[in-house]
Amino acid sequence: MNEEQAINGRLQMQKEEDYEAAELAPPAARPSAPTHESMGEEATGKASRDRKLYSGSAARRRSRNIRSRLAYSLCALSTVIATVPLLLILFYVIYQGAGALNLSFLTDLPKPVGESGGGMGNAIVGSLILIGIAAVIGVPFGVLAGTQLAEYRSPRLSWVVRLLSDILSGVPSIIVGIFVYTLLVLTFKQFSAIAGGVALGILMLPTVARTTEEMMRMVPDSLREASLALGIPRWRTITSVVIKTAAGGIMTGVMLATARIAGETAPLLFTALNSRTWPTGLDKPIASLPVQIYTYAISPFDAWHKQAWAGSLVLVLIVLFLSIGSKLYFGRRMKRAT
Amino acid sequence: MKGSLISSFKSIASGMGILSRGANPLRRLGDSVFAFVVFLAAFAVIILMALMVYELVRQSLPSIEQFGVRFLISREWDPINNVYGALPYIYGTIVSSLLALLMSVPLSLGIAIFLSQFAPRWLRAPLGMLVDLLAAIPSVVYGLWGIFVLAPFLGKTVEPFLADHLGGIPVFRGPAYGIGLFAASVVLAIMITPTISAISREVMANVSRDQKEAAQALGATPWETVRMSVLPLARPGIIGAVILGLGRALGETMAVTMLIGNVRQLNVSIFAPAYSIASVIANEFAEVTEGPHMAALIEMALILLFITLLLNLLARLLVQRTGSRAARVKGRP
Amino acid sequence: MAGYITTNNLGASFGGVQAIENITVEIPANKVTAIIGPSGCGKSTFLRCLNRMHELVPGTKISGEVIWDGRNIYASEMDATEVRRGIGMVFQKPNPFPLMSIEDNVSAGLRLAAGRMSKARIAEIIEHSLKLAALWDEVKNKLGRPGGSLSGGQQQRLCIARALAVQPDVILMDEPCSALDPASTQKIEDTIDKLKKDYTIVIVTHNMQQAARVSDFTGFMLAREMSDPGRMIEYGPTNKIFTMPDRKETENYITGRFG
Repeated sequence: MNEEQAINGRLQMQKEEDYEAAELAPPAARPSAPTHESMGEEATGKASRDRKLYSGSAARRRSRNIRSRLAYSLCALSTVIATVPLLLILFYVIYQGAGALNLSFLTDLPKPVGESGGGMGNAIVGSLILIGIAAVIGVPFGVLAGTQLAEYRSPRLSWVVRLLSDILSGVPSIIVGIFVYTLLVLTFKQFSAIAGGVALGILMLPTVARTTEEMMRMVPDSLREASLALGIPRWRTITSVVIKTAAGGIMTGVMLATARIAGETAPLLFTALNSRTWPTGLDKPIASLPVQIYTYAISPFDAWHKQAWAGSLVLVLIVLFLSIGSKLYFGRRMKRAT
Repeated sequence: MKGSLISSFKSIASGMGILSRGANPLRRLGDSVFAFVVFLAAFAVIILMALMVYELVRQSLPSIEQFGVRFLISREWDPINNVYGALPYIYGTIVSSLLALLMSVPLSLGIAIFLSQFAPRWLRAPLGMLVDLLAAIPSVVYGLWGIFVLAPFLGKTVEPFLADHLGGIPVFRGPAYGIGLFAASVVLAIMITPTISAISREVMANVSRDQKEAAQALGATPWETVRMSVLPLARPGIIGAVILGLGRALGETMAVTMLIGNVRQLNVSIFAPAYSIASVIANEFAEVTEGPHMAALIEMALILLFITLLLNLLARLLVQRTGSRAARVKGRP
Repeated sequence: MAGYITTNNLGASFGGVQAIENITVEIPANKVTAIIGPSGCGKSTFLRCLNRMHELVPGTKISGEVIWDGRNIYASEMDATEVRRGIGMVFQKPNPFPLMSIEDNVSAGLRLAAGRMSKARIAEIIEHSLKLAALWDEVKNKLGRPGGSLSGGQQQRLCIARALAVQPDVILMDEPCSALDPASTQKIEDTIDKLKKDYTIVIVTHNMQQAARVSDFTGFMLAREMSDPGRMIEYGPTNKIFTMPDRKETENYITGRFG
């Protein structure tokens, strides 16, 4: 027993007897239980008459606790329910897709109905080309717009741009498809890979811009100041110090945006259209994985359904790889930053 | 210590800045050019949105002029005689989206409450990521799964069950097709759940500990704490999240096109096939090149665009307001 | 008079770090007990262990006992929510429910615990609690206004009224005046003085004059080193602690601050 305890112990010892007495006493006689008579001058005279009422009956307390536990269970159940479709979809895509997936699926052209074999090689290449075009458009614009939001203080413009890019990310992708159709396809009278890429690029833009902004804001001001102090001009400071420091984070934004557009189907239906051959030029219609999956899924042929599942497996793997990868990377970054 | 270092940096920096700016006009040019380029990129976002609205209005003018309000309330859709009315599509879009909300909102709120308030810390991030992954699955994969797995299941078990037990209500009557309004709604509900739950989760997590302790110190149970402290403060943000989810559902194309049945009709039964705005555009747009048919399709796109713009604007403002209110309550002395 | 709350070897840790240790004290009924000590000594942690608020923060562990009304509040059959109802708490930062009306703020805990109650009865309790907290005159004409619309000092008194309305035995106050101006502080000290007739009050304060003014008993807590757990160095009647403390540390702290 150390000193403190000894002191406290003494204090306690003197009162042990009283304490036991209090414990044995009926609750009504508890020394501190405020009673009606002892209330202050403002006491209304009735307010504290029935203390039991405040405490509530044991039955009510039990029912409150049961209700709380029920709510907990329902909320936990909701979370479980939400993961069921995810697991089911992954299960079916792997189960149905793995059977039809082989090397020739990845490298061959689609075969006409009735012929066995064939693959989605052209669609996979087409998707890569479309994503490439989209990145060429969406990434520079997105990064520059994000730079404006993060580095240049013009509150009104920034507010509008931020709001509009948030809104743009909520515009249905099929409408972006129609917009690009009227803008490019009607003008050049030609469905083309370029048109498809532009539509996907527009869809990438808001995600890239907003992540760039956030990542650049995480770069500490001291870095900018140190660079400026060395006599490096502002634009060089931004491009070589700030963007470079935030580059990893910006990359995750680009990956996330790519994951989002890699599976987009609707905006390609009347921009890139589809094709049964290998890509021949950027000004020509081009096949893509999602559109090919769609075409096969709504066809009446079993063999094509199998191909659609296999295509879905490839697509899901790409998309999950991109989004899980970027999320893990981002999470690690955030942890390091804090 | 750190502050003084920064401030000394700052003073050096500003001193140098003035010096070098005076000394080197070329440097100033570089800064101006870069600022201009960056400004252009940001401005491009504004131009893009304006151009989108302008193009859709321009292309749909023939339809707007010819059909006027009739376009919204007529059921006729006759490409041969060029008479167009969008009512069945509007009906299908709205009903499927509202049904999806009906299923998704309780689920999403449950998830948000669980992941922001109830779940053990170590479980929150992985479970949250799992729910978020639902948003990563491409729409066309949902459609594929819907056609071959979900719709047959609904048609064989769920719909007959509902018809047997709730058949007194007209919406649950009628043959169980599987493919139809109900199947589309179920898939939509799955697809918008990550949107609604993620934003709700964030606004709920932003409610300060002070506020929760206020309820806890009064003897509130965990659920009562959520109801007294968390939900009232998070409410505008939750409404914003639901509106965003609605926007997603209204504009969702592929999964709905693959599951709704694509039959232009107004049927009371939710098991019956229907059609939606996005679906009819997806199905018919590539086949028309000009004329009133195209204008009619673009006018529907325009309607969809306006609705989603409005919903998104509203939702963003609500979510923003919740953020700032939570901050205000937190920052109060 | 018996100690109404007794702690036996109370210790608490947070994420594996021991915050307080070996605290054994008796807090007498119907008195004001002040807990003083330098910041970081674990006063607030100690206070939050007395009504099981501490355990709400994840990663916390508690050892020892807290006996209230003859029962260990950490015993498995005890209901934490009932403990918190019976041992109320007022926080450092006023935290009324900002969107709830003033009257609903006061009756919030009551409506949870008591279930159905007549409107007149609730109104009566609201009035009584607001009068005890010395807020009635200022708000009686705007009971429907949101709690967030009041000034800081009024909000804190609203929080006191809210804690009183559920009729606790004990009220814990965690630096209730540290965010308030002197006039509001005065009002709250008056309220504390008035309340002790019927309630046991434990107040944590960094302000020694306040402790001297309002309390009957004082406990001095100290953590020897930054990483050491806080201990109760000395505990006794306020007069004694402030005039002739037994322990050197107490004297140093008190004279250092008064000096």
